[in-house]
Amino acid sequence: MTTGPGPGPVDGEAAAEEETYRLYVDGFPRTVSGAWVGDSLLTVLRDVLGVTTVKDGCEQGRCGACSVLLDGRLAAACTVLAADADGARVLTVAGLGTVGLARAVRAMFLAEGAVQCGFCTPGFVVAVTDLLTRRPDAGEDELREALAGNLCRCTGYGRILAAIRAVQRDRALADPDDGVVGSGGGLARPGEGVVGSDGPAGAGP
Amino acid sequence: MSVGGGGIGEPVRRPDGPAKVAGAFPYAGDLRVAGMLAGRTLRSPHPRARIRRIDTAAARRLPGVAAVVTAADVPGVATYGLIVADQPVFAATEVRYAGEPVAAVAAVDARTARRALAAIEVDYEPLPAATDPEQVLAAGAPVLHPSGNLYREIDLRHGEPWADGPVAVEDHYVVGMQDQAFLAPEAALATPAADGGVDLLVATQWLHSDREQLAACLALPEDLVRLTLAGVGGAFGGREDITLQIHGALLARAAGAPVRIAYDRVESFLGHPHRHPARMWFRHTATRAGDLVSVEARLVFDGGAYASSSPAVLANAVTHAAGPYRVAHARLHGVVVRTNNPPCGAMRGFGVPQVTIGHEAQMDRLADALGLDPVEVRLRNTVQPGDVLPTGQVLGAPLPARELLQLVAARPLPGPSTADSGGFALPGGLPAGAEPSRVRRGVGYALAYKNLLFSEGFDDFSVARVRLDLADDGTPRVRIHSACAEIGQGFVTIAEQIARTELGVDRVELRPADTGVGSAGSTSASRQTWMSGGAVRGACAAVADRLLARVARSAGLPAAVVEAPRTSLRLAKGRIVGAEAGPRMEIADALAAGPVEAEFTFHHRRTTVLDAAGQGDPHVAFAAAAHRAVVDVDVDLGLVRVVSMALAQDCGTVLNPLALRGQVEGGTAQGLGLAVMEELVTDGGRVTNPTFHDYLLPTAADVPDLDFIAVTEPQPDAPYGVKGVGEAPTCTATPAIVAAIRAAVGRDLRRVPVRPQDLVDLPGRSGPAGPREHGGDTPA
Repeated sequence: MTTGPGPGPVDGEAAAEEETYRLYVDGFPRTVSGAWVGDSLLTVLRDVLGVTTVKDGCEQGRCGACSVLLDGRLAAACTVLAADADGARVLTVAGLGTVGLARAVRAMFLAEGAVQCGFCTPGFVVAVTDLLTRRPDAGEDELREALAGNLCRCTGYGRILAAIRAVQRDRALADPDDGVVGSGGGLARPGEGVVGSDGPAGAGP
Repeated sequence: MSVGGGGIGEPVRRPDGPAKVAGAFPYAGDLRVAGMLAGRTLRSPHPRARIRRIDTAAARRLPGVAAVVTAADVPGVATYGLIVADQPVFAATEVRYAGEPVAAVAAVDARTARRALAAIEVDYEPLPAATDPEQVLAAGAPVLHPSGNLYREIDLRHGEPWADGPVAVEDHYVVGMQDQAFLAPEAALATPAADGGVDLLVATQWLHSDREQLAACLALPEDLVRLTLAGVGGAFGGREDITLQIHGALLARAAGAPVRIAYDRVESFLGHPHRHPARMWFRHTATRAGDLVSVEARLVFDGGAYASSSPAVLANAVTHAAGPYRVAHARLHGVVVRTNNPPCGAMRGFGVPQVTIGHEAQMDRLADALGLDPVEVRLRNTVQPGDVLPTGQVLGAPLPARELLQLVAARPLPGPSTADSGGFALPGGLPAGAEPSRVRRGVGYALAYKNLLFSEGFDDFSVARVRLDLADDGTPRVRIHSACAEIGQGFVTIAEQIARTELGVDRVELRPADTGVGSAGSTSASRQTWMSGGAVRGACAAVADRLLARVARSAGLPAAVVEAPRTSLRLAKGRIVGAEAGPRMEIADALAAGPVEAEFTFHHRRTTVLDAAGQGDPHVAFAAAAHRAVVDVDVDLGLVRVVSMALAQDCGTVLNPLALRGQVEGGTAQGLGLAVMEELVTDGGRVTNPTFHDYLLPTAADVPDLDFIAVTEPQPDAPYGVKGVGEAPTCTATPAIVAAIRAAVGRDLRRVPVRPQDLVDLPGRSGPAGPREHGGDTPA
């Protein structure tokens, strides 16, 4: 028995179908060639491009460990066909940056003990940063519902929610009028210049 | 005692945290080296079958395939196992569970490896699978393995086993199979070495146990099998057994190249042992006043196809089956058996969660029969120091079970959560659209104790090596070497805190955990803070002794000081200070004469095996926990929402309050999962739901905030007075929630996890738990 979804076709599938396309990963243009046309964005990121800041927990869109921002929208990379994302801007936790909201989320995850094994953490930091960008004042129920797509097996979520509340509290104190992106633009959006073809040319992480 | 803080007792942050929040921490599955091959495993689709022939020729011929290995390629011992080596590295003649490895391949990439697996021809002759654990010991049952179908039987008799009280309650209980479901699937990187050995980077719980089993199967001396811990994404018992380690090493040696072997989620569900499903019968008797007279239990644990840690799990189940209650007479009988179901072994709680579900249901039932409050009947019977446990072991150390229950019962109850939040807070959340008038609330309690460290005479020692030297910039630095597997629990933080406290040095570095130092034992059994923490502390103390003796001698201090330097000198805040006088010398200056290094092996007190009547002194120590759960149940849809959880726990001395909180909240969530959603379902031995789509884990929407009270009475014989804290709350969360559901719906729920069909009447329903409920088809 060979089990589960896996990278690439098995016998009988169109093994030869490969395409060349471009992704902008964490600000760097990356050319993808040699990948099977059916490969997920997760497989291409990890196994073709070697981007391991995105984690592979289930390949079914259930655990959220592979959460990325795809052209600014939260997505599970395992449920996106990489070839369909041709030309897209993909942000993993590494591309969120270390300033602004993303920095605050990271710092509070550490301060509040929201990290144990840490395997869910990159996906959580992406999802939380996205949520607080869109809904900085999200209440308890909204936070819990919004993050139900990210599984954590170690923490029972208590410290993760404490970290999020701490970020909300700090930002409310720091600047009640703080805008969506926050000082320094912790969360890059399409067209804001952090990612895209004007990033460092040809460089890979 | 420390320089700028960071010692024991403080909420020190994880040293690996910054890398983890940045996505830069390398988990085993993230490892990549040049020329690395991809390893994958072929598994049996049959729960039981004879293997007539395996033909790997076509797979070997595929371009890009570097190695194919089967049982024929195992050079050493053909089998392995944690306690007894009964599990084949690859099935050779017979497969005994669906998912059992039959072959493995290494290829240039995962795609090619998958093609190679598909090209391997295995000719199976399916045999009837034995999947009912209550049938495999019957006369005439098929013998499933040369070692037989019984892993262990324990017949514990205490007091006068047939003594009876005037009030009796009895019933059957069933617990389903839970999975550890750690988030990072299994992975390892195996590299053949020039000296003929093999190097492994692997996510595991116990490097030295892995090495011992690897060396035997590879026919290599242990010093040629070198293991280093790779980043571990959770474990919870599921990485205590060998899974892909031997396969990866065989492939690397066959291919002559590094191989990263990895599982996907489906393979992870099939590849590691699970929590034992259990069928249990209990009979409790008491006086009319409510004092327990006797407890009788019969336990059948399904160990699945191979032994794993089943014998030790059963010992825990039997010896804890009466719970933390004083009982003069007990007959506790258990068997753990071999079937063609998936193998079961270690999971957080290790046999105790199952029996806690039983004994706590019984205590509630006893309360009902006596007309007592559930808290009251427990308070009357909790064990106290000096009491004799059913094994004959005398409870030595304080166990604040009574206090825990009183604390948790005194916590304020949550208010009603009917129509708030636009329906989010009702069972099922927004999508279910519960009708508030059809929601019932219930409150339930559970109390348990759980043994700490390995039991039954096992000397699970831990070794640590500590070196104090000067870093390149001239500042004192402590380097710790321990093979303790960091699996998320936070030993890396605790070890550094201990070193800062003992040596008064800020800068502490932990070397990678590997087999270059002695064993630290397993990261399991709530043992590493105590055992490896004790080893680090002991090594630090030895380093302090050596440095201080050197300083005392060179300073011409009296011989009495040189011989016992820590009686008058100590290390604190970067300095060596006298007991009375002020600062004498900077540690940095003392180290100019050279570094100081020491190794220490920590042992816990010796315990004994159980005798034929289940009597002995089997457990080193215990920790207790009490949960109170509040639930809302939609009585039309059978959906449960856990509204609040309160926990009071016996924690010993707290070394890191952040880590403690994370452990008890995580432990509670896993118990919640077992109560209402987590079950690996098998049909004829085949797992039907080995994905996160079908095996449900609690989400942030399912787990309420934990109202937590730590009771911090020091454990007398442990370093700093610590207790392990991760397991006890997992044991109590499940039965507290189930009790709350019973209270809400008025049904005698006998099966865990509780499913919607157990809460609403469906036409034609039947099953192991049976529709035997009485007292309350109409919700209260």
